[in-house]
Order: sequence, then structure tokens, then C-alpha cells
Amino acid sequence: MATTSDVLILRPSSGFLRLHLRDLWEYRELLYFLVWRDIKVRYKQTALGAAWAILQPTMTMVVFSIFFGRLAKVPSDGVPYPIFAYVALLPWQLFAFSLTESSNSLVASQNLITKVYFPRLVIPISSVLAGLVDFAIAFVILLVMMLYYGIVPTAAVALLPLFLLFAVVTALSVGLWLSALNVKYRDVRYTIPFLTQFWMFATPVAYPASLVPERWRPLYGLNLMAGVVEGFRWALLGKQHAPGPLLWVSVAAVAVLLIGGLRYFKKTESTFADIV
Amino acid sequence: MSDIAIRVEKLGKRYAIGKRERYRTLRDTVTDTLAAPFRRLRRGSSSNGNGAPDHVWALRDVSFEIPRGEVVGIIGRNGAGKSTLLKVLSRITEPTEGYAEIHGRVGSLLEVGTGFHPELTGRENVYLNGAILGMHKAEIARKFDEMVAFAEIEKFIDTPVKHYSTGMYMRLAFAVAAHLDTDILIVDEVLAVGDAEFQKKCLGKMGDISKGGRTVLFVSHNLSAVQSLCGTGILLENGKLRRQAPVNQVIGEYTYGLAKRNGSGGHSYALGPTLRLGRLEIDPSPVTSGEPLVLTIQLVPHSATSLKEIALLVYSEFGARIAVLDLRQHGLRNLILRGGPFEFQVHIPHLPLVEGKYRLGFYIATSEHADDYLDVAVLTVRGAESHNGIVPYPADYLGYIDLGFSVRAEVAMQVPQ
Repeated sequence: MATTSDVLILRPSSGFLRLHLRDLWEYRELLYFLVWRDIKVRYKQTALGAAWAILQPTMTMVVFSIFFGRLAKVPSDGVPYPIFAYVALLPWQLFAFSLTESSNSLVASQNLITKVYFPRLVIPISSVLAGLVDFAIAFVILLVMMLYYGIVPTAAVALLPLFLLFAVVTALSVGLWLSALNVKYRDVRYTIPFLTQFWMFATPVAYPASLVPERWRPLYGLNLMAGVVEGFRWALLGKQHAPGPLLWVSVAAVAVLLIGGLRYFKKTESTFADIV
Repeated sequence: MSDIAIRVEKLGKRYAIGKRERYRTLRDTVTDTLAAPFRRLRRGSSSNGNGAPDHVWALRDVSFEIPRGEVVGIIGRNGAGKSTLLKVLSRITEPTEGYAEIHGRVGSLLEVGTGFHPELTGRENVYLNGAILGMHKAEIARKFDEMVAFAEIEKFIDTPVKHYSTGMYMRLAFAVAAHLDTDILIVDEVLAVGDAEFQKKCLGKMGDISKGGRTVLFVSHNLSAVQSLCGTGILLENGKLRRQAPVNQVIGEYTYGLAKRNGSGGHSYALGPTLRLGRLEIDPSPVTSGEPLVLTIQLVPHSATSLKEIALLVYSEFGARIAVLDLRQHGLRNLILRGGPFEFQVHIPHLPLVEGKYRLGFYIATSEHADDYLDVAVLTVRGAESHNGIVPYPADYLGYIDLGFSVRAEVAMQVPQ
């Protein structure tokens, strides 16, 4: 329960927006339960179960390896193409999944929103976090592949948790906007499949960022996921240089998007129950 | 700490009505924006632009105080603002104006089983639902056995709730809700679930809660429940506070207001955004049990609308539904209403209700909106004359319905000597 024994005042929200992070902290157990529910329910009544978490990135990797690696001879920064693609597919699928789920999360939870109070931020955050389980399962395959190809990570692997956090925050920063917009404009639901598809081709998943001319590479960082994907490659495969300016541009862009998203979310939050 | 649990000051909540209440697509926004100048032009040229406002105040200028530990029943007809008040006080929606002060932890039960997931087991749902209601994990664990025992489903606690019967589901849901332990509890109509046996148990639990020194706000159409649980009552009417007084007085005022509305026309009652009840005549009033009854109903459309479905609902005095007169079966469906009022009569040749007061309502679905409208009028039924010199049982023993039975005995009845 958010409200402690002090007085709670309910009044129309003024222009002054606060994030009420303490409120969010009070509800951390609800966050935990919602994540747990999403994970628990995800593969119920499926024949393959959690194997789906492996199948999706693996199949995509196979297709990419055949068409981009073998036939189109896309360069892979001196790493075997399959693992080059798989390392990028992991954060990409985490991002795409979390983005899709969080964008639909508020609308999908309308029965909660119209009946119970809790900080609404819990909903998109929980659906972003639920994607981490699939990531963890698919990550096992990556370890197997690294063993097979005899790739030993460098010291940069210590930064992997940071890049993982970055991927999650990136998904959240976009998810906040889209989930709040989706409450008002159901168009959002239909644009997400396109958005993730286009976005993937704009992101160095199937090809290396080094294909982009050096001069323009920092600008390429405006594609938030370019920084994440290149960061993953660097941390795990360690063959190229650190992503450098491209990464910092991505980080800055995510920070701006996240703060804006939080503000927009908070601003529209009070009307969710009325219009969802 | 002050002795006030809730203080509400000039609280108001405004909703946009009509299409805008729903979610919009980007296309709507674009077309509305493009069409706006033309609309204004048209409105300017013809002066009969219906000045229907595009918003409605579900609650306005409501002020009251609730002392700590008081159990308050909130009553009023559909659309009086009861649910809106609860939603504002439980922080689900923001007030448009005014403010409310809440001293203490609030728990709200606007529904039982909120967030129950069919694929999860009973045990898992108890934890999930508890967390949604704001309980901590340790708190749920501590009360778990008690909840399960209350719901009487020990054997099935590890079965997914999709395999539960409706009764089991509701019992478990209420069990979790009933163990919500906050200073202030806001409850909406959650007793309207489950079978009679379980309802009794719920009422008992609510009684315990209300005696436990906590502040409770309770909304129900079940006036007998309100009467037995609550000390004071708040009567809302058209979004305004009509009365705050001891519960018997408030219920009296409410039912008196309903009864007064009977008989001749004159009263008007909104049935959704496009329709209102122009007239509801009960002839004769009061009617005698077993005699013919004629109801004359007049619907007045504000604007052209399509009446998809209409049914007349009959409730007992204390809110149990007794009968539904499905008027679709008599051609009243998918009617286009425009312009003038639409009037029809319902004939009941032999009214099978026994002596007592009954509350009449409607279920109405138009192309815009569908809802139940309760407490539109009160039907007073008088007892029939005694048969064969046998004095009828007192009215409270009679139930609701006269089944009109006959007796045929195989063996000649024996008359004791």
C-alpha cells in the first residue's frame, strides 16, 4: 500500500509533475508479482514451451547466415558470421519483445487500471523486465556457440551487465511513450510490427556498424539500438574497438527519450482510467 | 492523529461524453481537426445547433467528512455518482476540481478477483491478487491459510482457477479481498456475487470488519445490507450530496424519493446519453396480487438513436432480482427512435407477485450505450383477499411469488376424528 499513515491529498494535478518514485518503491512487490505472472503464463499451453525462446533467435540466425553471410557475403568484422549475428540478435530480440509487450501493456491491463490504484509505471516496467527470461534462455545457446567457435571473451565482458541494462532501459524509454499513446490512440498497436521490422534493418544486426562511413558513425548512434548491439558485440566477442562516440550518442539519446517518456507518462497517467 | 478519516471538499469530476469518452484513433483526431472549422460554420448558420454539452459532471460540489471508525453506506440511483466518488477516493481517477483528504492507509475493493489469471493456480492467484490490492508478500503468507479456509477450497488450491466453478472462483476472490487490512476500506457492490449461502458469509465478514473499528465506505444496491452494516448513510443524487445522516433516515429518504416519483408523469430519468424516460405509469397503483397490471412507458430520445434492446427489471425491496421482462420478444428491438416520444404498454394479466414493495428498473441498450438502470420506480403490491376463510401468512413470510398451484390427492384425505 502506497499511502502510509500520513495524510493523502487528492486534487486535480497541477502543471508541476513529480515522479513519485517512493510510491513506485512501495509497490516493488507488485512489480515482482506482475513479472512473475508474465513469465509463468507466457508458455502455458504451448507444445514447445520455453524452447520458443531459443527457436526464434536461432532460426533467425540460420536465415541470416545463409542469405547475408553466405550469399550476400556481408562482412562480419572478422568473426564467424553465425555468432556475429547471434550476439546481435540477443539484445535485439530482447528489445523488440520488451517494446511490443510494454506498448500493449496498459491497454492489456485495463481491468486493473479501472479497478485498483497503484503507480501505473509498474505495468510497462514489469512487461519490459519479463523479457529478460527469454534472453537468459537464449543466452545459453550463445555460450555453446562461443565454446564451439573457440571464442574467449576479453576483459570487456565485465561490461556486459551494463549493456544489458542499457538494452532494457532503451526498450523502456520507447515503451513508456508508446504505452501511454496506445491508451489514447489504438493506432499504436498496428504500427509496432512495422516499427520493429524497419528498426531491425536500420540496426547493425545482420551487418556491422563499420559498414557506415567513419564520419557518420556517431550520427548512426541516434539509432538507439545501434549502440546497444555494437556494445554487446564488443563485450562478448571483443574483436573490434569499443563502440566509442556511437555508443555515447545512443546513451544520450536514450536519456532524453527516457526522461521525456517518464514526463509524458506521468502527465497522461491521471486520465488512463477514464479513457482506456 | 485527527479523528477524521476522510474529508471531501467541493469535489467534482467531469467526464467527456458521447464518442469522446472512448479511446480515439489518430484518424478521428485528424478528421475532427479538419472538420472543426466547417462544423463551426454550419452551427453558425443554423441557429438550432443543439446546445448539448460535450461533458457531464458525474460529481459536483460534494463535501463531507467521515469520522474515523465510521461505517458509511453510499446510496443513490444509477448515475448518481456513487462509483465515481469511490473511484476518486481510491485514487483510480483524479478529481476535476475540489480535493479530498485521506488519513490513513486506503484499500479499495471495486471488484473481487481483479487481476486473477485463469492459467495460474488458486495459490498463485491469491498472491498476485493480494499484491494488486496492495498487500505485502509477508502479509499474504501470514493470512494465506485463513483465506483458503474462508473460501473453502483447500483441496483445489493448487489447481488453475480456469478449472474452478464460478462459485469457487468468487469465494476465493472474496476471501483475498476480505483480508485486506487497511485503516480505510472502500467497497463497491462486491457482495453481489456467489450463491445465497456465500453472500451471507460475506455479509458476516463485512459485519466483523465494520465492527473492528475501521472506516468503511460501502456502496450497494442491497439496501438491507447497507442498513445492517452501516451506521450512517450518504445519499447522492445527480452527482450531488443530498443527505448525510444516520443510515435509516437516508434509506427512508431514498425510498420515499423513489415512491414519490410513481404515478403520474412529470418525472424524467436519463437512460443513457441519448434517451430519457418521459413517463412511467403504474396502473393501478397500488395493484392487488393476482390482478391485472398495466405499465405505460414513454421513452423520449434526445437525438436519433437506435433502441437495440430493452428489458424491464423487477427487484425485491432489498435488491434481489426477481424477474426480467424481456421486451425484445415482443418486437421491441432494433427500433429507430427520432423526434417524438415513443410510448408502449406492458400488460400483465395476473400479477404473480405477493404483497410487498418491488423496485422497477430497465436494461436498455441503444446504439451508443448499454446499461442497467435500477430504481426507476417502486411497485406496491397489496395482498389478495383471503381464500376460503384462511388467513394468509404475514407479508414477510410470503417470499415473492404466487405460484398459482393446485393440489390433487390420490387417496382421499383423511379427516382426523
